[in-house]
Amino acid sequence: MRGSTAAWIIVGVALAGFPLIGGDFYVNLASQIFIAAILAASLNLLVGYGGLVSLGHAAWVGLAAYTSAWLYLRLGFGHWITAPLALAATTLIAGLFGWIALRATGLGFLMITLALSQVLWGTAYRWAAVTEGDKGLSGLTRPAPFGVNLDRPMAFYYFSLAVTLVAIWMMARFVGSPFGASLRGSRDEPRRMNALGHNVWLVRWITFVYSGFWGAVAGLLFVYYHKYIHPTTLSLTNSAEALLGVIAGGAGTIAGPIVGAAIVVILKNYVSAYLERWNMLLGLVFVLIVIFMPDGVVPGVRRGWDRWRKG
Amino acid sequence: MQFWIIQTLNSLALGALLFLLAAGFSLIFGLMRIANLTHGSLFMLGAYLGVSVLRIVPNLWLAALVAALAVALCGGLLERLLLRPLTGKPLGQVLVTLGISFIVADLCLMIWGGDPIPLAAPASLQRPLIVGGIAFPAYRLVVLGIAVLTAIGLHALMEWTRIGAMIRAGVDDMPMARAVGIPASRLFTTVFCLGAALAGAGGVIGGPIMSAYPGLDADMLPLALIVVILGGVGSLLGAFVGSFITAAIYTFGSALLPDLAYVILFLPMIVVIAFRPRGLFGRSGA
Repeated sequence: MRGSTAAWIIVGVALAGFPLIGGDFYVNLASQIFIAAILAASLNLLVGYGGLVSLGHAAWVGLAAYTSAWLYLRLGFGHWITAPLALAATTLIAGLFGWIALRATGLGFLMITLALSQVLWGTAYRWAAVTEGDKGLSGLTRPAPFGVNLDRPMAFYYFSLAVTLVAIWMMARFVGSPFGASLRGSRDEPRRMNALGHNVWLVRWITFVYSGFWGAVAGLLFVYYHKYIHPTTLSLTNSAEALLGVIAGGAGTIAGPIVGAAIVVILKNYVSAYLERWNMLLGLVFVLIVIFMPDGVVPGVRRGWDRWRKG
Repeated sequence: MQFWIIQTLNSLALGALLFLLAAGFSLIFGLMRIANLTHGSLFMLGAYLGVSVLRIVPNLWLAALVAALAVALCGGLLERLLLRPLTGKPLGQVLVTLGISFIVADLCLMIWGGDPIPLAAPASLQRPLIVGGIAFPAYRLVVLGIAVLTAIGLHALMEWTRIGAMIRAGVDDMPMARAVGIPASRLFTTVFCLGAALAGAGGVIGGPIMSAYPGLDADMLPLALIVVILGGVGSLLGAFVGSFITAAIYTFGSALLPDLAYVILFLPMIVVIAFRPRGLFGRSGA
């Protein structure tokens, strides 16, 4: 336990002090990692703890981002109003999507979430009256909570760090609660859980909605960071990146999706800096992870660490 | 009047293409429990291969045949080399097909570039057919005919041949089918190649209507998924009916409410999933 406390202190100091050392490029990169980490962690609730693999998680980023952008641009609302409205709208739609997708489990669930998010993706391209289609919505601003201007990379870093810590803590609480235990039960032994009087469907639906809510939080940070939103945000590639983060890091662990999201974001940034073949690399990494490291990095490293300590 | 005829024909032609795509997807899913997310990419790959063949020999039907064979080969390799070692891990398999679909999309972009490339319809079918003063686009009628013939052929294959009986047995109860000595391994590869060939040929045949362009895969895959969700997995009839329903909703939706065509696609999905989660003609649950 003491070793892990020390590790947490080191991580905390490193996170707090990083912007003082790192240049703007790295500070921005770290902010992107935070956003991706929230998204991957929220997807992990379904994939890792619920055993429900969704290929439509980019839907929440896109919905929250588009709602907030549209309210700001068309109705002129301030950030204090657009943020809760965007979160509420996205969570409501997550409730609807969950109701549809959870009629199935396994591959059926995956196919329905994929189809639903692709429908949103197509709509974002076509419904130009609302989304400006392929042009995307630009002219957005970052909020200024308590008068702090978030346009500087360092300020945005601390803002997104704070949101990420709250989000990860809330999700860890969710998983660690008795409800989280029944969620894991519904993953491993759905029929027994039903027999014990748990409403497996409801457990899954609540998790789906909760996961959608945190996906929407990631979406708000995303649109604040880029000050722009385009239909590609809703694309299958983005859902796949989030899922790759979960699986590469280790599904069903708290740290896994964070590590995985960091790997995906760093890989993507470095690759796009040198060549334009991100999609090919993303595909290759997927295939390699599935074949050689199906458990992900974090469980793999943890196993190696345990083996080393036992000598 | 002309509007309704043209849109009806458009929707029938799109339904025909969707059937070529979804029939293979549905059979593969029904038999092997693999959600083959490369299916849209195989369709696109077929279209691009058709482009290349047409540059050498200007014959669309030959191009469709060549593309079908080449794509079937790709599908067979994918099944044997990557999916077979992951038997029993449906999640791993679906992620591999997802990864491959990204790789195929990027390869097509590298080889054929980013601009849409139209495929020419056979010269004899380029002029519209005029009956009673109304012009019918001849090529779309032929596409519809091909799909109907394919459906009949597949139905005959499934119902009246030994291999079809084996496939039906596998769809219904795989462990039992293995136990009575059905060569599941060869059957899987055969069905995967057949599904891939249909998708590849569909890409070429659809070429004169939709062209070959980057993103064709992402446009077609969700439509195929919706077809299968509507029609039920592993059911040919489901794929057939689902294809034409989906195509009709999509085509008329695009023509009448262009902004919301995709949203309208939701509605039949919601209704079917709410009342018949297994799809209209599905026997085994997804």
